[in-house]
Amino acid sequence: MLKLEKRPQPSRLWTYLTPPFAVLITMIAGGALFALLGNDPVEAIRTIFWEPLFGEFAFYYRPQLLVKGAPLVLIAIGLSLGFRAGIWNIGAEGQYIVGALTGAGVGLAFYPMESWVIFPLMVLAGALGGWAWAMIPALLKVRFGTNEILVSLMLVYVAEGLLAKMALGLLKNPEGFGFPGSRNLQQYPSAHNAEIIAGTGMHWGVLSAFLAVIFAYVLLNRHMLGYQIRLTGEAPRAARFSGVNPARIILVCLGLSGALAGLAGMFEVSGPSGQVSIDFNSGYGFTAIIVAFLGRLHPVGILAAGLLMALTYIGGEIAQSNLGLPAAAIQMFQGMLLFFLLAVDMLTNYRIRFKTAEAA
Amino acid sequence: MDLSSINPALLLASLLVASTPILIAAIGELVVERSGVLNLGVEGMMITGAICGFAVAVETGSPALGFLAAAGGGAVLALLFGLLTQFALANQVASGLALTLFGLGLSALLGKDYVGIKPPPTPRLDFGPLSDIPYLGRILFSHDLMVYMGLALVAAVWAMLKYTRAGLVLRAVGENHDAAHALGFKVIRVRLMAILFGGACAGLGGAYISLIRVPQWTEGMTAGAGWIALALVVFASWKAGRVLLGAWLFGGITVLQLNLQAAGVKIPVEYLSMSPYLITILVLVIMSADRSRAPASLGRTFQASS
Amino acid sequence: MKFIKGIAGAALALGIAGAASAQEPTKACFVYVGPIGDGGWTYQHHQGALALKEEFGDKVEIAWQDSVPEGADAERVLTQFVLSGCDIVFTTSFGYMEATNKIAGQFPDVKFEHATGYKREHPNVSTYDARFYEGRAVIGHIAGRMTKTNKIGYIASYPIPEVIQGINSYFLHAQKVNPEVELVVTWVYTWFDPAKEADATRAMIDQGVDVITAHTDSTAPLAEAAKEDGAVIGFGQASDMAAFKPSPRVASIIDNWAPYYIKRVQAVMDGTWEQQASWAGMPEGEVVIGEITEAVPADVKAEAEAMIAAITAGEYHPFTGPLKKQDGSDWLAEGEVADDGTLAGMNFYVEGITGDIPQ
Repeated sequence: MLKLEKRPQPSRLWTYLTPPFAVLITMIAGGALFALLGNDPVEAIRTIFWEPLFGEFAFYYRPQLLVKGAPLVLIAIGLSLGFRAGIWNIGAEGQYIVGALTGAGVGLAFYPMESWVIFPLMVLAGALGGWAWAMIPALLKVRFGTNEILVSLMLVYVAEGLLAKMALGLLKNPEGFGFPGSRNLQQYPSAHNAEIIAGTGMHWGVLSAFLAVIFAYVLLNRHMLGYQIRLTGEAPRAARFSGVNPARIILVCLGLSGALAGLAGMFEVSGPSGQVSIDFNSGYGFTAIIVAFLGRLHPVGILAAGLLMALTYIGGEIAQSNLGLPAAAIQMFQGMLLFFLLAVDMLTNYRIRFKTAEAA
Repeated sequence: MDLSSINPALLLASLLVASTPILIAAIGELVVERSGVLNLGVEGMMITGAICGFAVAVETGSPALGFLAAAGGGAVLALLFGLLTQFALANQVASGLALTLFGLGLSALLGKDYVGIKPPPTPRLDFGPLSDIPYLGRILFSHDLMVYMGLALVAAVWAMLKYTRAGLVLRAVGENHDAAHALGFKVIRVRLMAILFGGACAGLGGAYISLIRVPQWTEGMTAGAGWIALALVVFASWKAGRVLLGAWLFGGITVLQLNLQAAGVKIPVEYLSMSPYLITILVLVIMSADRSRAPASLGRTFQASS
Repeated sequence: MKFIKGIAGAALALGIAGAASAQEPTKACFVYVGPIGDGGWTYQHHQGALALKEEFGDKVEIAWQDSVPEGADAERVLTQFVLSGCDIVFTTSFGYMEATNKIAGQFPDVKFEHATGYKREHPNVSTYDARFYEGRAVIGHIAGRMTKTNKIGYIASYPIPEVIQGINSYFLHAQKVNPEVELVVTWVYTWFDPAKEADATRAMIDQGVDVITAHTDSTAPLAEAAKEDGAVIGFGQASDMAAFKPSPRVASIIDNWAPYYIKRVQAVMDGTWEQQASWAGMPEGEVVIGEITEAVPADVKAEAEAMIAAITAGEYHPFTGPLKKQDGSDWLAEGEVADDGTLAGMNFYVEGITGDIPQ
């Protein structure tokens, strides 16, 4: 009989082996799915994983991986801090939207003035906006013990309403003939989150994502606060006895994740996206939750997971336009990849043993 | 402004219908969470149920078979989640989100040939003279079977949790799985059954949308109802009766908002569409005064230390 | 910018972005905002794309991508289309306006066609839209003649000019044949949420509305109306929604993009493509009224068909004066016809409509 046995400590070997292993199984299962839909499975898999990295137009797609992955990583890093402390911010999507609104709002308020201070102010406003939106569930939790999962999730819908309101009202482009949507920030140099080095995809948001990874790594491994966060998640009682203030941890974790999500939204609206529109948000806040877990809540893992997710998105798009694979099949494929990654994770922490009948 | 054009009986009747899908899905998720498992994949299971139910109802011409298939479809997807979290011991939050992604894709593929088709109608129940009672007849006795099934389900889950041994075991597993295991309960088996029940309910809720509420199939048609159902469970602080209340509140505010608009009342529409969510937060704050809390083992992985 | 030229240069060198040569098929590419299975907006654009294949056979190659979020993703999808050799790219949602213009600036040899927008920043960008308000005029007429409660309903998505044109046109033509008619507008703040659309329909029916038209994408309003056993009628929106014939769906406004797509791809093939801002309607076959069913009395049907004929022939404009704005101020004098600029930016109700446009 098969039996799982917990390893005394996670296996190092399997920590590195499981992700490629999961990707391999996904390729097989996904290939079967694509074959079932009447596509050449080898070609489809090659298009998704190979084309963006080493294909004919890789010079364009490689930077795009950074552009697509950066907001995911930025948000996921913030979320992972909270998740480690057992604080469940499910509403990063809302904080992302509000950060984009406040960031863009500040930029648009200065239009058409040109000054170098505008962009830093927008960055600040974006972070503050996301922070403030996350403070609502944080304060309610600290003050009333209200569940933060629900409050942060509800605030996503409120933020979406706010976004529609802003795109149709206050932030609407006055020269837009009454159409919804703000001015294009890409055409407003002082507010444009442009590429730092042209052609690399490296805009300020990407840089911030890398900085956030380093920051989180140092925080968790070298800093007292990081230790307290981990302790709160792993042993809440012990944390309290050793003098950790749970309210402070809640405020810090939710605040940080909100600020990072707000930053991500602000960098997106002032850079790749360019304008506030009714459907500006495209689910980064939710996808980032998956990225955080795929990266096992570890900063470096999150970076890798974010890039992997970006790869499946971009590769999936190429497969859709080149091979005519339906978008739904790509979505299923991503779901499968996540399933397998989660499933084989077990091998890291557990050992599979055959038990003989007498021992059972 | 002409409030007299709003007929309260009709308003309440449409409230009952509007709240049914989230009610059924939420009551299923409540059982799952009471067993200590957090399945965030409700949206994915609902939409899968919606297409399974729709396809089978169209092919067989029988809405009843459709609903059966919807429950089956939802349960199969839930089984996937169960295998992942209970046997492969994967993280529940991430598995649930992955389930939603997978379910949305799967339903879109399954539903490709069913766009623009009308499903066989589900008849309203015939209560004979009861339906003719003024006011009450319209509110209470003018609906299809599933509305009553949803209400019955809430009552059944409430009674099961409160009075039966099965309910006791479920709660024990959810509160402290190690203790429950030590007492000899099969933690994983109990949880797996709860997960399957939750999936079946979500499937039914989804099929209610595709077969009765909207009657049609379109991709992504549940449009976030699964998330609302999840919210409801927390809103209800894991109590069956309050799920009913919450479902009416959610269904009710949207219906009321639209009715007020149609009556020409000057209301800030864009703010009012946010109002259900704001009110939920408000109610939540008020209710957190009483100390009802989540099942203690919610979301935690169980592994028998044999 | 240097890099951008780099891409364009590379693409040119590979010979993929140049105009199609005689033997190579012309590649037409489509970016959709929703799933093809939405049964409405995106579905109709895809029908137009498929019509290309039917018209040109092997001379044309089509590619598409659905459910593309607006913003950065759209830019990438567009670039990818160009890199894969598209000769003409149709972007089928208003939200792609900035992305379309940006990418068009980088690839001057590829033609871009943006639906429902107004920005044409480069000579290789055209815009196209359809005069849906012409269709609203016809169904408004039918609504005014057929309502028994004198209350007609309009499920509106967002307060943008296109929707407001529709509301005004619908109301004007209902009022013309039925001065008693009252219009109930319900804003749902979504393009697509079947359950909410059904709720909005229910709310209006409960308050005595018996003719419903929707400016949202799903068939839910018709399905809800169908529950009233013929007492409530409605119209197909964007696609024919034939499943609800003969009632409650008594007619429909169909977006028919095929003629435009065929014309423009033909122009690329001939090398005659030029920038333009197209706003076509019934005369060009872009707005089509689907079959008017037997649920509509013969005389009403005849009147509706006469109106269709007049609009198609260019003899009648749905916004012809004398018309006043909601606040009573004059808008169009006797015989004056609304200019396209005012229509495109319409942000006011006409006289007789109660309620305010949300601001």
